[in-house]
Amino acid sequence: MTTHTGITHSYREKLAINRLGLWLFILSDSFVFGGLLVSRFYLLGTQSRPHLDQVVGFVVTAMLLTSSFFMNRAEIAMAHGDRKAFLRNTAITLFLGVAFLVGVVGVEWQIAPFGTADGAAASIFYTLTGFHAFHVLTGVIFLAVVLRNGARGLYSPERHWAVEAAAVYWHFVDVVWIFFYPALYLIGTPLP
Amino acid sequence: MKERVSLLQIGLVRGLFGMIVGVLIGLGLVSGIRALLGLPIWNPEAAWVVGGVFGTIGFMLMVGVLRDWIRWALGEETPDFPEADPRLQGWAKYLSVSYDHKIIGIQYGVTALIVISLAGLFALIFRTELIAPGIQFLQPQDYNTIMTLHGIVMIGGMLLGVGAMSNYLVPLLIGANDMAFPRLNAFAYWINVPAVILLVGTLFMGGLETGWTGYPPLSSRAPLGTQWFLLGVYFIGFSSIFGALNIIATVMKLRAKGMTYFRMPIFVWTAAATALIALTATQLIGLSFQMVMFERLFGMAFFEPAKGGNPILFQHLFWFYSHPAVYVFVLTGLGVISELLPVFARKPLFGYRWVALSSFGIALVGFLVWAHHMFTSGMEPYLRVPFMYSTLLVAVPTGVKFFSWVATIWEGKLSFETPMLFVLGAISIFLLGGLSGPPNGVVATDLHLQDTYWIVGHFHATMFGGFLFPFLAAIYYWFPKITGRMYNETLGKIHFYLMLPAFYVQSLGQMQVGLLGMRRRIADYDPALQIDFSHLLITLGGYVIGLSLIIAFINLAYSAARGKVVTTNVWRSRSPEWTLLPSPIPAHNYPEPIEAVGEPYDYGLPGAVYVRTASTAPLRDEGEAALPPDAAVAPAD
Repeated sequence: MTTHTGITHSYREKLAINRLGLWLFILSDSFVFGGLLVSRFYLLGTQSRPHLDQVVGFVVTAMLLTSSFFMNRAEIAMAHGDRKAFLRNTAITLFLGVAFLVGVVGVEWQIAPFGTADGAAASIFYTLTGFHAFHVLTGVIFLAVVLRNGARGLYSPERHWAVEAAAVYWHFVDVVWIFFYPALYLIGTPLP
Repeated sequence: MKERVSLLQIGLVRGLFGMIVGVLIGLGLVSGIRALLGLPIWNPEAAWVVGGVFGTIGFMLMVGVLRDWIRWALGEETPDFPEADPRLQGWAKYLSVSYDHKIIGIQYGVTALIVISLAGLFALIFRTELIAPGIQFLQPQDYNTIMTLHGIVMIGGMLLGVGAMSNYLVPLLIGANDMAFPRLNAFAYWINVPAVILLVGTLFMGGLETGWTGYPPLSSRAPLGTQWFLLGVYFIGFSSIFGALNIIATVMKLRAKGMTYFRMPIFVWTAAATALIALTATQLIGLSFQMVMFERLFGMAFFEPAKGGNPILFQHLFWFYSHPAVYVFVLTGLGVISELLPVFARKPLFGYRWVALSSFGIALVGFLVWAHHMFTSGMEPYLRVPFMYSTLLVAVPTGVKFFSWVATIWEGKLSFETPMLFVLGAISIFLLGGLSGPPNGVVATDLHLQDTYWIVGHFHATMFGGFLFPFLAAIYYWFPKITGRMYNETLGKIHFYLMLPAFYVQSLGQMQVGLLGMRRRIADYDPALQIDFSHLLITLGGYVIGLSLIIAFINLAYSAARGKVVTTNVWRSRSPEWTLLPSPIPAHNYPEPIEAVGEPYDYGLPGAVYVRTASTAPLRDEGEAALPPDAAVAPAD
């Protein structure tokens, strides 16, 4: 393995490149969610929304928003070298993420009074929540990897890019839901 | 020491094997689940979609691009700079995963030429059908399938060509040793292979007959092949997005010392502007195609008016990508023109800053013009005029480029080697494409021109002038750099002088029959139009273009093996890859950091220096430069 002077980057330089890459990815990904929101308003307008269970919607939203708080605590704990607090908070975030998935896919999808083939509002509901749930799922997998590797002591206060990336990604998925929740549950009146 | 390479060490072979296994697993999985649920076991739509997805995953797993990422997830360390399998030498290296941007660039390029030839072959098949009115040998449904595949496979080929140029050139031009994310770079190339297989696979799945635009409601009812078409385009989108992300990160973070944004070679500007479009807008074609896929799989109703949907929504989402996509092909090509002209005119590029910014001007205005494809679609009429104006606005930054080229040529000491011929040909053709554009952008005339062969002529002029001719110019120009050998100049010129007139006959003929009433995408036409002779000429033009490309391929293949060895700066270029590096370029490019100390295009200015190596000191010891051992944990992707 040859190493040239020109291609070695310091950890700090690599971190900067990685951060830029992640933000570019998030910029790109936000166009999908933007397109989904546009589709929702294009087809249903501002006067109607799918007929959904408000309690489930509120509970899953509360869980996802709370999880971002614990995610942030986890990252700060790692930056301060408190591995125990890092693991505990990551585990709580992971648990809340899984609970969100169960709430959306396991409960809301099952009790919804329509199937995927029942018109445009149903299509919008399943596609928006489905795309978002898929992102939460990838975030949960990412967190599981971080949790396992963190438990094995692979991260240090100076070097924990994976933790930082998981946190930023998790917050992004959370922010997307902040737009999706009102678009699906609050704006307009429910269609019969 | 030369080991024999066994077939299974070659990434492509393993990937194809993985793809077959993946498809079978997907088919089995869907059928198995359906059997468990008590549904009818065989559902072709679901089975082939899941099969296609699993096949692609299988390919990517087996070809080996995911290896380092999986190891990171498992908490293992990988070398800082990923290396390909060292047992692979020569041609085998190009058929397996490599992380060297130059090898990836050549992989992109060769794949692009193969895919473009395939798409061209499709064109020749249905062009032959059009020589005479009536149905000769292609039944309308087959005609539709072949015509659709010509379009979409060609688009895939052009995206590969763009990837070839930007991956090979950008790190070299900015003085970097590789892309910012080499593993992602390899991923972005290899996903194209299963994607193209899916696209061509549609031929064996009942075709698709929608045209490359795949408009619903037709596409939600068309034969099964449509699913693999949607899926193939979706995976090509992955390549565009990740490739673009990599280009932007590379340009922003890996420029050499002294290489400010306004000192970068002009091609880098166009590559960055292209990447900005590909990074963001591509998501929306992916989304729109997934929505059609869901309509077919789950009975969803985004585009089904009877169930509250609206087919116009698809067109908005689709064109939000597919119009800027044209600039993805074209901007890269225009970058090659601006890059090569000063070299062959021995003059500075006129108005460097304006040309640099015009690329971003085109890219940004390009986001605001999509609905000009929809003037006749039944969208809200009040949208027409704003989109007409935004469309015509594109002519301003494009005009900046044209004036720059003319002013660069003006009083230059021109020489006419093959790359320069293709550059000049590109300018003339792109002018035709550009001038035939406003009639389509203006609502009043577009209402008549929409869906005629005029549009086909216009589009082919922009693509030949904006992509194909510059791509060929780039291939001839950098061929000595890539191979260390010179191509045959005579054959290169024959290629050019066959292709240029053939193209003009074809494109002007298309515009003519379009104005006379020939609809696009139709297998037949009314003999009363009396356009058979024009159709014959168009088809002959197509064949001559094919012939000229065969000559070019023979030239390139022969010269790569037997051409005259050249090591010097054959074009007397000032850019770093020619002035500071030997041909062919060694792995990891620049052995020591370079520095930009002057302007890039000061041709003809005595004593002007653009780049030099930053230190005259000899290379440091290998061990000394390495990172401390604990640094290896840091992922580079």
